[in-house]
Amino acid sequence: MNMNVKTEFKYVGTRPIRPDGPDKVTGRARYGADLNVQGMIYGHIVRSPHAHAKIKSIDFSAACKLPGVLATMSADDLPEPGDRKIPGGEVEMALKTFSPVVMARKKVLYHGQAVAAVAATSPELAAEAARLVKVEYEVLPHIMDMHAAARADAPLLHDDVYTQGVDPAPTTPSNIPTQIEISTGDISKGFAEADLVVERTYFVPMCHQGYIEPHACVVQTDENGKVDIWCSTQGAFMVRTLTAAVTGIDIGRFKVTASEIGGGFGGKTTVYLEPVAVVLSLKSGRPVKMVMSRDDVFRATGPAAAAETRVKIGVTRDGRITAIETDILMDCGAYTSHPIMAGVLFNSACYRCENVRSFGREVLTNKPRVYAYRAPGIPQPVVAVECVVNEIAERLNMDPIDFRLLNAVDEGDVMAIGIPFQAIGLKQVLQEAKAHPHYTAELKAGQGRGVAVAFWINAGMQSSATINVSEDGSVNILTGNPDIGGSRASMALMAAEVLGIPVETIRPSVVDTDSVGFCDVTGGSRTTLATGGAVIKAAETLVKELRKRAAAIWSLDIEEVDWTGGMAVAKSGTGLENMNREDAATRGDKTLTLADLAARAGATGGPLCAVASHNAHNAAPSFALNICDAQVDRETGKVDILRYTCVQDAGKAIHPAYVEGQMQGGAVQGIGWALNEEYIFNEQGRLDNPGFLDYRIPVASDLPMIDTVIVEVPNPLHPYGVRGVGEVPIAPPMPAVVTAVNRAAGTRLCHLPLSPPKLLAAIEAAEAGTA
Amino acid sequence: MQSQRKTHVSTTVNGEPREFLCEPHQVLSDVLRNTLNLTGTKEGCNTGDCGACSVLLDGTLVCSCLVLAAEVEGKGVVTVEGIGEEGKLHPIQQKLLEHAGLQCGICTPGIVIASRALLEKNPDPSETEVRYWLAGNLCRCTGYDKIIRAVLDAGAVMRGQ
Amino acid sequence: MQSVRYEAPTSLDQAARTLLGSENAKILAGGTDLLVQMRLGLKQPGLLVDIKNIPEIMQLTLGDDALRVGAAVTGALVGEHAEARRLFPGFVEALGLIGSSQIQGRCSAGGNLCNASPAADSVPALIANRALCNIIGPAGARSVAVESFNTGPGKNCLAAGELLVSIDLPLPAHRSSDAYLRFIPRTEMDIAVAGAAVALSLDEAGICTAARVAIGAVAPTALLVTAAADALIGSALDEASLHAAAAAASAACSPITDKRGTADYRRKVVGVLVRRAAAIAKSRIEAQA
Repeated sequence: MNMNVKTEFKYVGTRPIRPDGPDKVTGRARYGADLNVQGMIYGHIVRSPHAHAKIKSIDFSAACKLPGVLATMSADDLPEPGDRKIPGGEVEMALKTFSPVVMARKKVLYHGQAVAAVAATSPELAAEAARLVKVEYEVLPHIMDMHAAARADAPLLHDDVYTQGVDPAPTTPSNIPTQIEISTGDISKGFAEADLVVERTYFVPMCHQGYIEPHACVVQTDENGKVDIWCSTQGAFMVRTLTAAVTGIDIGRFKVTASEIGGGFGGKTTVYLEPVAVVLSLKSGRPVKMVMSRDDVFRATGPAAAAETRVKIGVTRDGRITAIETDILMDCGAYTSHPIMAGVLFNSACYRCENVRSFGREVLTNKPRVYAYRAPGIPQPVVAVECVVNEIAERLNMDPIDFRLLNAVDEGDVMAIGIPFQAIGLKQVLQEAKAHPHYTAELKAGQGRGVAVAFWINAGMQSSATINVSEDGSVNILTGNPDIGGSRASMALMAAEVLGIPVETIRPSVVDTDSVGFCDVTGGSRTTLATGGAVIKAAETLVKELRKRAAAIWSLDIEEVDWTGGMAVAKSGTGLENMNREDAATRGDKTLTLADLAARAGATGGPLCAVASHNAHNAAPSFALNICDAQVDRETGKVDILRYTCVQDAGKAIHPAYVEGQMQGGAVQGIGWALNEEYIFNEQGRLDNPGFLDYRIPVASDLPMIDTVIVEVPNPLHPYGVRGVGEVPIAPPMPAVVTAVNRAAGTRLCHLPLSPPKLLAAIEAAEAGTA
Repeated sequence: MQSQRKTHVSTTVNGEPREFLCEPHQVLSDVLRNTLNLTGTKEGCNTGDCGACSVLLDGTLVCSCLVLAAEVEGKGVVTVEGIGEEGKLHPIQQKLLEHAGLQCGICTPGIVIASRALLEKNPDPSETEVRYWLAGNLCRCTGYDKIIRAVLDAGAVMRGQ
Repeated sequence: MQSVRYEAPTSLDQAARTLLGSENAKILAGGTDLLVQMRLGLKQPGLLVDIKNIPEIMQLTLGDDALRVGAAVTGALVGEHAEARRLFPGFVEALGLIGSSQIQGRCSAGGNLCNASPAADSVPALIANRALCNIIGPAGARSVAVESFNTGPGKNCLAAGELLVSIDLPLPAHRSSDAYLRFIPRTEMDIAVAGAAVALSLDEAGICTAARVAIGAVAPTALLVTAAADALIGSALDEASLHAAAAAASAACSPITDKRGTADYRRKVVGVLVRRAAAIAKSRIEAQA
């Protein structure tokens, strides 16, 4: 299916100022916590002080005695999840992995888990009332170490979790919800053919998306049972689906409006506060506002999984990979959101290899339920694979990019999961990187360089778009995907391209769930591809309608009218010049602009608008490569990132500045994860660094400029060649940084983050010859 | 907890005289956002670690989450809403737009305020000076690259270059 | 936060009366520690006494004998004081390392000292510079050597009703300077994992005639390490004496292991910092005209 991919563009590929920009630089843009409504009260959550405990009783009586406390709730106000599934289109999710994250039922499984909630007339009063809620716990032993939790004799978090993916199905419960294995070829044969086999184990810690805006919502309910939600989310429709499932209220009663969103990176693709605020609003009859504290965000939302990956790669003397084996143990917190999947399926998708075995297990521990973070499940095993690839290239005395070029997948190659690649840009990415001046720049003593590549599958999924034309010919685009990184700008550019009108005359909006067709979340790198695809389709439908209207005015057949340069043009030979037509007389041409047609819309059939929706099955993978130069202070273990370059195949960069922004932002998140970011739990199983002071995300002075090179190998399945760009940037940084640091320091530290105490110890061990 | 008598505060916000009542414990960011409805000042941490709530207090850059509202009696506060001239963006705002120096935009008001404070003190900062000055303004989307370029470029514009 | 009252006295007398008249009063200077501690529920004062409207608390004056830094003079103001930078570059740097640009607009050496965090950046630099704390209280005025001011984590020597008014840094002798270095994992925004301040005097031949070495974040309070100073005095600050000072500092500390670093790591790094800070102080003296 090689459809016609457009390659010549007038608007796509330019860098106009984003339409939502002026509101954001002036403070007018409204985020989750920026809405205050008449009569609003404030919700506050009571959170577990224990990492693992039975909830014996909850007593609200003291809290309720405070004047101004208007509602309380607990899991008793929510339906039992049982074995019910949340309707999610093609993917069904178990309600019992969502409902207790909103509000614990019978048991708490991590410190900070929501146990109860109150609503009162001021935030301070609500906090005070929450302190007065008396919860009686029976404390249970907590398990924080995933290896301990994976053992057969480990205390169980749940008595109803049976490992999926094992044949025959186990009859006893365990802390391992999922096991998965894929293989192709003959792994033993592959290693037998190898001249060199390298095997290493890498650990990557649990980390947080670190969005700056805490979760926030305002919920209003009315006498007829209507529920209006305003919230910061990556998907208004997702909030509707999940809140309906958790509260047991029909979807048809909800209207969800996504506020501007202050960062998400996957972390806002689920609900935490919204169902609680709905119940509190229904019980109090008042609008309820809830805002998480920063502490709540770190303790009780969904960080990225920690993982330990053992990787074993065999190569021939001349550098051909003969076997790749990976074994991943992934710490997914107290409930699973199945973070293991992508990690097992795609950890070595960059390489052509006949013999692959990839195995993974998820483990439950007394930590917050992990959730999506930018290419979920991939960065953790990719560290291991890419660092070992670098080590192999070094031992073979080969250039690491040449080694990868020799083994890189290309069009026609079949992935380990059996899917063949269409046109992909990995080789072009590698070649661009090799040609970049950074790659051959000289390094001084004590400095090191690392490169790494990564693959991400990218998602399609469901999207809708509506286009309305105003009387003056200006255009409104409505979509349902919260704009997290500049998607309104790319929607406007794609519509401008189809309609042939200046991008400034197009106003793109993200609207509520009542005002546009269903859209899956802004996530999976899908918005530009899938929602953009819906915008292109709607714009093409509109163009057809415009041609029809012009044809009617000109008394021509629609096939005799072209749409070009933002106007209807009669094809030559239609004899239009002989027609009795006022436009022809006054304008002396044979065209009708969008404005002309808009002005005459009432007379030609009514308002001009178009709707499109689809389930996009045209996603295509992205590849990204990073080059990192690092320097290490051998006496303190402090790392400086000296120079950094990102190369990525975007398919087609609709707004290149925001593609670069995704590359740079993802790189810096990965640098943070490699060097300093980690969840630190204390002896009691409590998170010890739930704030930006000690959860150390990179600050401006930690970094150099981040160079970018956009490669454009069009996605053959998308009309504009779009692939999706948001997620893959976080996969290569960790191995690039780890390789650079270990080269600079003369160490082989495999335990992330490479924090100064660990790195100094590794340097000293290397110097003592004990490494 | 019993309700205390509120404190009356007279101050100047963005050049306009303003009066408000606040609880003694209330911080300035809370009053700006929820009493004066100036929600351009954002709250990301409430512990002075993220910089989203940056304002100028008598010309000095501060985190408004670490200033009691009662402390601004008789002082002047400038928020992001008061940065541009009437109907016109400040060069820092304009350059952030041109350089795509924002994605989600939640840190942007703080970046605008902090950068203005820097360029008033130091009209021609080096890249390193901009980076260290803005170290207290966390941005998780951009990797800072385009923000730094925008601030350097805004400095050039303000110097008339 | 619990309900709390707020007072902003305009004179030391008024402040003293306010403090004496209230139990559970807390002094509010820049608030960069106190307001965070209140938000986290670690402190619940009944009265906040804002001292920033008191002239003596806000003075920054260079006298014949000392630089006087009012207790709530901000880091930003000290950083802009050219004479302070020339005379005490290490102290000004140390104060300037506290928090972000935003925090610099509020934080102060006095607040840093009274908060009594073992990791306070400006305190080792004050100790190295022989600073004196000027205190008033119900029993009158008194002065305390800065190394005796803090008595433990979060604890200081102020009695009920007492107030730190200012800190005096005695003017350095001819051919003297100082330096402060701290270690943090990032470049900014972290609490010191270890810190070291060194103040030196050299004779014309480059021999160290006087030295003070103070270290932070490696013991319950910042420590004056005379053994480290003794290793420097009389030497030409050669590698051997710098290493001896470093070893003395590592030996003097009693660090803890926490989320910011291990005890072993802190002990090693504080020595490195002492050595490097001494070298910087030396180069500063050599650069003097």
